[in-house]
Amino acid sequence: MNIPIRRFDTLILGAGGGGLRAALQLARADAHVAVVSKVFPTRSHTVAAQGGVNAALANVTPDNWHWHMYDTVKGGDYLGDQDAIEYMCRAAGHLVYELEHAGVPFSRLDSGKIYQRPFGGQSRDFGGAQATRTCAAADRTGHAILHTLYQQNIRARTNFFDEYFAVDFICDDEGTVLGALTMDIATGELLVIEAKTILIATGGCGQLYRTTTNAHINTGDGMGMALRAGIPLQDMEFFQFHPTGVAGKGMLITEGARGEGGYLVNKDGERFMERYAPNVKDLASRDVVSRAISIEVREGRGCGPNADHVMLKLDNLGSDIVAKRLPGIRDTCKTFMHLDPVDTPIPVFPTAHYVMGGIPTDRQGRVVRPSGNAPEEVIPGLYAAGECACVSVHGANRLGGNSLLDILVFGRAAANDILGFLKNNRYHRPSNQDYIDKAYERFARWEKTGDGESVHSIRSDLKKAMEDHCGVFRTEKIMREGVEAIKVIRARIPDVRLQDQSKVFNTARVEALELENLADVAIATMRSAEARQESRGAHSRIDYPDRDDVRWMKHSLYSLEDDSLDYKPVRTKPMSVETFPPKKRVY
Amino acid sequence: MDNPERQSGLERLRWQCRRGLLELDLLFEAFIENGYCNLSDIDKENFSQLLEYQDQTLQEWLLGKSTPENKAMAHMVKLIRDAT
Repeated sequence: MNIPIRRFDTLILGAGGGGLRAALQLARADAHVAVVSKVFPTRSHTVAAQGGVNAALANVTPDNWHWHMYDTVKGGDYLGDQDAIEYMCRAAGHLVYELEHAGVPFSRLDSGKIYQRPFGGQSRDFGGAQATRTCAAADRTGHAILHTLYQQNIRARTNFFDEYFAVDFICDDEGTVLGALTMDIATGELLVIEAKTILIATGGCGQLYRTTTNAHINTGDGMGMALRAGIPLQDMEFFQFHPTGVAGKGMLITEGARGEGGYLVNKDGERFMERYAPNVKDLASRDVVSRAISIEVREGRGCGPNADHVMLKLDNLGSDIVAKRLPGIRDTCKTFMHLDPVDTPIPVFPTAHYVMGGIPTDRQGRVVRPSGNAPEEVIPGLYAAGECACVSVHGANRLGGNSLLDILVFGRAAANDILGFLKNNRYHRPSNQDYIDKAYERFARWEKTGDGESVHSIRSDLKKAMEDHCGVFRTEKIMREGVEAIKVIRARIPDVRLQDQSKVFNTARVEALELENLADVAIATMRSAEARQESRGAHSRIDYPDRDDVRWMKHSLYSLEDDSLDYKPVRTKPMSVETFPPKKRVY
Repeated sequence: MDNPERQSGLERLRWQCRRGLLELDLLFEAFIENGYCNLSDIDKENFSQLLEYQDQTLQEWLLGKSTPENKAMAHMVKLIRDAT
């Protein structure tokens, strides 16, 4: 197969905030940068980050980076790497001021300083009073950051490959990544992009689940590519769920709805949270509420024709409160369900929101994997940043406002390291046709014609299996069944045939490639979750309800090639301060 | 069956309906399936134009938080909301 080749200093996969932050820095330093994005860059999922970005600027209440670090370590239930967390929290202020100078319109206090809002999990003085740490540009912080970075990249002459889909990495015999096979979605033509350095910044994989807040683009593409290139995924069992998403659709119904006095009922009209949390009832923590909803449905007390959700009632609040304090919920309900929550209950179910795990990296953004006795050997020239990566700063659970910070800090860290790498490695590593042919093999499989299964039916089954077996309700039995279910679903993929073999905007082909990525990431997630016999952060097991620091204070590493799990220690030693030793996590 | 050119035009639109926000994915996907084919040529052109707007702006319009000043866009927003 004769495929055209283009060469760059750096290839960046993904044009969300992490990819664009890195691209900008590299392009300004005169590196020759290619950014590949399957959708137009400003349609990346970073636009959905409405809350803001954490930085201990102390504009509203006293604050410092060390308190932020403590909150992040504790929030991650002591699974986060403390050197990376220190690095992130120390860099936060600088990154926010830099964005301000680049033109991000942060909201202002009367004093003229950047507005900051309080968020759950933020404290002063290591667990004391509420801190106010999240810098926001109204309710469109992610949008403002993405657009600013995109415009600056255009000015810096970054080369964008918009609506190109990255299919697989091109690797040499030693497993070093030399580039990627990509497809122009508009024409169906293939292009090999070779680069001295490659940054994976493809975002999350919420589409693993039937009910998710994630956009349809979040199919774990970079994670799937990494797995197939022999790179393990780390800590994939840690998936953050929100208790109340619109059932069957996924959009978030803010926790403010229950904060204002809304409550949950099952099919019998029972306020079931009274049974699970007699004191705080519907205001119990996210994981408790999520699990309670799941148990109600599992035990046959779900609502609707399929008994697969519960109801959130706001009718006790009155129309004034709903209109004034929960206008967004009302808009969502009216638009998607044609119901007014003032008098009609909202069907809800836990919704998958954010994956803490991903491609293992160090705090320079370099991808690392175990080799011999070394748990973290650097793969030269390969980097990852953002939700697709696992640095790990979020540990077992992410704090609100830390995901935008993560993409900015580690997008920059990766770019810094890439510039150093490019200085010392002036030439492309040698490639050859065999390496390209190997990457092309999988793509070519989709050109088989004839009768077979549809992508749509396998994807639906996969998402349902993940929701049933790897959602918020986790036990040995359920997850063991889940592993088998995912294996059976994966085995069906070679039988899929695309009815449409046209080249121009063949979205069916893209969806098939996305399905393979999802299926690979699904088995990584399911296997990692089944193996971890404890409850920590977002991974909550009925049969192992406690955290077990003796056996499980370690990172999981799942490898696809031999379907195996390995583990490596948590980096508990920060860069300059004392370790925060694990304590019981109480708020 | 549509001719291939028309079909690829629809597929191009389908890809441009992939957005950064789940809400927009769901609204546009439903509209492509249920409403788009019955549009006049002018409205089809207006729909393409609507897709050029930013995700946050589209979300505000399509969830009813605000109304576009441009009458053609306001009409298109109403059609999409009605088809959902």
